[in-house]
Amino acid sequence: MKSLSLLAASLAFASAMSSAAFAQTTLTMWYHGAGNEVESNIINQIISDFNASQSDWVVEIESFPQAAYNDSVVAGALAGNLPDILDVDGPVMPNWAWSGYMQPLQIDEAKIANYLPGTKGVWNGELYSIGLWDAAISLVTRQSYLDELGLRVPTLEQPWTGEEFMDALAKAKASGKFDHALDLGTAWTGEWYPYAFSPFLQSFGGDIIDRSTYTTAEGVLNGEAAVEFGTWWQGLFTEGYAQATQDPADRDNGFNSGKYAFSWNGNWAALGTLDAYEDVLFLPAPDFGNGPKIGAASWQFGVAATSEHPDGASAFIEFALQDKYLADFSNGIGLIPATASAAALTENYEEGGPLAVFFGLSEAQALVRPVTPGYVVAAKVFEKALADIANGADVQDTLDSAVDEIDADISKNDNYGF
Amino acid sequence: MAQITADNHGLRLVVRYTVLGLIALMFVFPLVFMLMSSLKPDAQLLSDTRSLRAFLPVGDISLDNYFDAFRRAPVGLFIFNSVVVTGITVVLSLMVCSAAAFAFVFVDWRGRELVLTLILATLIVPFETIAIPLLLIASKLPWLGLDGLSYGWLNSYQVQIIPFVADGLTIFLFVQYFKDLPGELIEAARVEGASWWQVYRRIVMPLAGPVLATAAILKFLAMYNQYLWPLMVVQEETYRPVMVGLQYFFQLNRAWGEIMAYLSLITVPVLAFYLFLQRAFIASIASTGVKG
Amino acid sequence: MASKFTRSNATGWMMAGPAAALMALFIVLPFIFAIGFSFTNQRLISPNPTQFVGLSNYSQLLGVGLLVLEPEKDEAGSVLRTDDGSLTYPALRGFTRNNPDYPQFDGMREWFSLSLGENRIYVLARDVVFIKAIVNTVIFVMVVAPLQGGLALVLALLINQKLRGINFFRAVYFMPVVVSIVVVSLLWRFIYDGQSGLLNNLLGALTFGAFPRIDWLGNPNTALGAIIAMSIWQAVGFHMVIWLSGLQTISPSLYEAAAIEGASPWQTFRYVTWPGLRNTAVLVLIVITMQAFALFAQIDVMTSGGPLDSTQTIVFQAVERGYGKQDISGGSTISVILFVFVLAISLLQRWLTREKK
Repeated sequence: MKSLSLLAASLAFASAMSSAAFAQTTLTMWYHGAGNEVESNIINQIISDFNASQSDWVVEIESFPQAAYNDSVVAGALAGNLPDILDVDGPVMPNWAWSGYMQPLQIDEAKIANYLPGTKGVWNGELYSIGLWDAAISLVTRQSYLDELGLRVPTLEQPWTGEEFMDALAKAKASGKFDHALDLGTAWTGEWYPYAFSPFLQSFGGDIIDRSTYTTAEGVLNGEAAVEFGTWWQGLFTEGYAQATQDPADRDNGFNSGKYAFSWNGNWAALGTLDAYEDVLFLPAPDFGNGPKIGAASWQFGVAATSEHPDGASAFIEFALQDKYLADFSNGIGLIPATASAAALTENYEEGGPLAVFFGLSEAQALVRPVTPGYVVAAKVFEKALADIANGADVQDTLDSAVDEIDADISKNDNYGF
Repeated sequence: MAQITADNHGLRLVVRYTVLGLIALMFVFPLVFMLMSSLKPDAQLLSDTRSLRAFLPVGDISLDNYFDAFRRAPVGLFIFNSVVVTGITVVLSLMVCSAAAFAFVFVDWRGRELVLTLILATLIVPFETIAIPLLLIASKLPWLGLDGLSYGWLNSYQVQIIPFVADGLTIFLFVQYFKDLPGELIEAARVEGASWWQVYRRIVMPLAGPVLATAAILKFLAMYNQYLWPLMVVQEETYRPVMVGLQYFFQLNRAWGEIMAYLSLITVPVLAFYLFLQRAFIASIASTGVKG
Repeated sequence: MASKFTRSNATGWMMAGPAAALMALFIVLPFIFAIGFSFTNQRLISPNPTQFVGLSNYSQLLGVGLLVLEPEKDEAGSVLRTDDGSLTYPALRGFTRNNPDYPQFDGMREWFSLSLGENRIYVLARDVVFIKAIVNTVIFVMVVAPLQGGLALVLALLINQKLRGINFFRAVYFMPVVVSIVVVSLLWRFIYDGQSGLLNNLLGALTFGAFPRIDWLGNPNTALGAIIAMSIWQAVGFHMVIWLSGLQTISPSLYEAAAIEGASPWQTFRYVTWPGLRNTAVLVLIVITMQAFALFAQIDVMTSGGPLDSTQTIVFQAVERGYGKQDISGGSTISVILFVFVLAISLLQRWLTREKK
């Protein structure tokens, strides 16, 4: 059967193209960026360049909306029909590697020696995924807002303290000029919550999982520091500084149309903001006692464990690791290119470029999310806990039960191998 | 006197129709809102919700949202997939379930009572309670396709069709209907030497028009509107049906006008079909009641 | 009518076989699997082997406890009061977390509490979210069943009039039934929206702006009610038609007799219509109840169980755990619990219909 349909296919192919094309092997690829035209154009460009550059492999892509992507990969793994190449969000990678969906990359280490640390997905001492970019979050505002509200400009050397930050929010609210002082992006459900908000928790001195053992959340997610964080978090909503439920449209253009004084947002949204205002500032995270923190690691490429052609898949990924593509992604969606040499090619990250500040922000503050297969469930639990606290749930109770749920999951999975 | 009763009568009629009409408005307004909004650009759509304009085709009216919806996602493919899945399931279901009911009602065989009891017992098992283990089973099942033997049914048409071909309700409907057919007719045909297949094909099925319509309509509604199962088992675009496509569409972008256009696209054909056949639709629901 | 002409084991199995085999594979087998998985730690995908865990999934989900706390007292033994005069109690988590004296409460949380004299009674649950899901589902069923059944009967009586064009109204009332619940749920998000929702705009217009805007789905006090209202709107036509078919089985001569006796409309309904509808009533209630227990799509599209678990339901939790968190064993356990609920309802139906005969 198989050989018959193969024969038919290659006959059709040969008659149509009358080239040596049938010697090529098809590699399938899944990507999370459906719906984003700019992103799709860049990835399609890389694929067609790759397909044209050699005669062994042909890459075919299927894109999913980000919200459905992880479920699709899990179901694909269950059904045994994962593609050859897939992209994976950095903190999720350990789970997929541990579950056996992914295999280590066959890429020359020297090629990625100068890559930013956040772009390398390492699990159990092996490189499973590599990113063309890193993302970073900043507190976005305008110089004119700070001047009006009489606030100093925080710097990496001297970020705002927690009190200064709250004072800024209070002043913004008191000014009456804004619908809300702070746009946290609560409309973005899913990974945004742990990515964007767990650094606050870490700055308070807590964490999602105890990184000394990776087998419990007890003490770090419900200890004193965590409760302090939770109480502060709840205050943002009870004081009316931010919205617990936000209209997605407000997340997309609220700050750019003057509804918010501050926006806690990623650099992928920075290009739009630069278009909207002349005097945009990308400020470091406030320091709640343990230093200013932001999340590290973004989407990366990897190879499925079931791929019959890991050499081809790795060849594609290696091909994609060219400064010009890194620069394309950066120019297209505002992300930090993974190498300094690529940064020099970009409009925004070259020396003195408008977004070059993100390099510094990332370097000084970035902390990866806990590197464990248990992160996937812990992240969902954390998201729910924050949403509940924002909606008025008791802080200590909510964090306690989040700890119980994370611990129960870890023990159900035999400590995920730790 | 006569004058007064006539007035009374007229007044009563007015009251009755007003009540009926107000209730009817309650039932149609979200659908009217959907259709009208699908013709408007986003900004107008949102501002119109402040007044009755939300239900009127006024302002900047165009079919742009429909074109944009088709451009944004393979809407035609989703509709095609749903039609394929629904159509095949309905046809297979009618064949398999009517044959089973025929065997239960007209044929005398060992195990008949036990099997029928078991099948009717499944009526109280909600699909939701078996969806998750069924997912695991479906992920392991073998399939002999054009590429030879493979394992795992996820992302396919068959995973959306085969589990729903036989169900207790459809068999029950056929059994109830067949019981009312004259048994002597079947026995007489047998005595005259007709094969079972001939009896089924030539005598029983030609009489089964009403129950076929009932079963087909109920199955059609259940299949076309399916959500939970395809959400779990179909991730690839190639096999995605309309309701999961809707979820997908919604995740891609919150362009409300386009979403309304998509909703209209997948709803209006069913509504038209329903209005065209509404007597049969209503009769089919009613028959589940009378017989139950 | 058993005779040699109707007897044929081969034919019987051949014709019923395909349906029986399909149902065995796709309904009975997964059902047995669900029961089996509920005693293990089965995951969707995991490198770890599956282990038998006994009843721990059940005790994890359903475990409840009762703890009575006395108010805090000073050294002299008199109760301490806060400034506003209310009593203070020791922190609950001192008993439920790592307290070796109360191992039975370890990991539990407050479900609800009430005062009894000076003491405070805490009802604890091991999995408060799931307990809330059960409570919400039961509330949903208890509100929807009588309300939807009753409204459907009212509509059926209206539609049963002999009026020109009545079929048009019947068709319209039934219309939402053929629209997918997923579509309906998305549409109603517009109606319930906190900013520009149609409902807020309507209430605002009716009260000249006096009515405060409510985020119907974002408020824990209104979210479940909003979903109940929408669900009734969508499904009431279905049950109206079932009532209608029941109404049409009542002999017209009974109504004529009632009219001759000079019965009022209410008396006619009470002594003629209602007795004739008894069977239909049981059927309608059972069908609504079974459908209501399976509440899922509305939740998934509209609230995902929030805010503050106010719209968690049993099936949503089963899917969330079994699929979202890849915990097949947890999802299966919830499925079995749901089945027990539904089984109880259908046994009740049997009992109700048998008693009549």
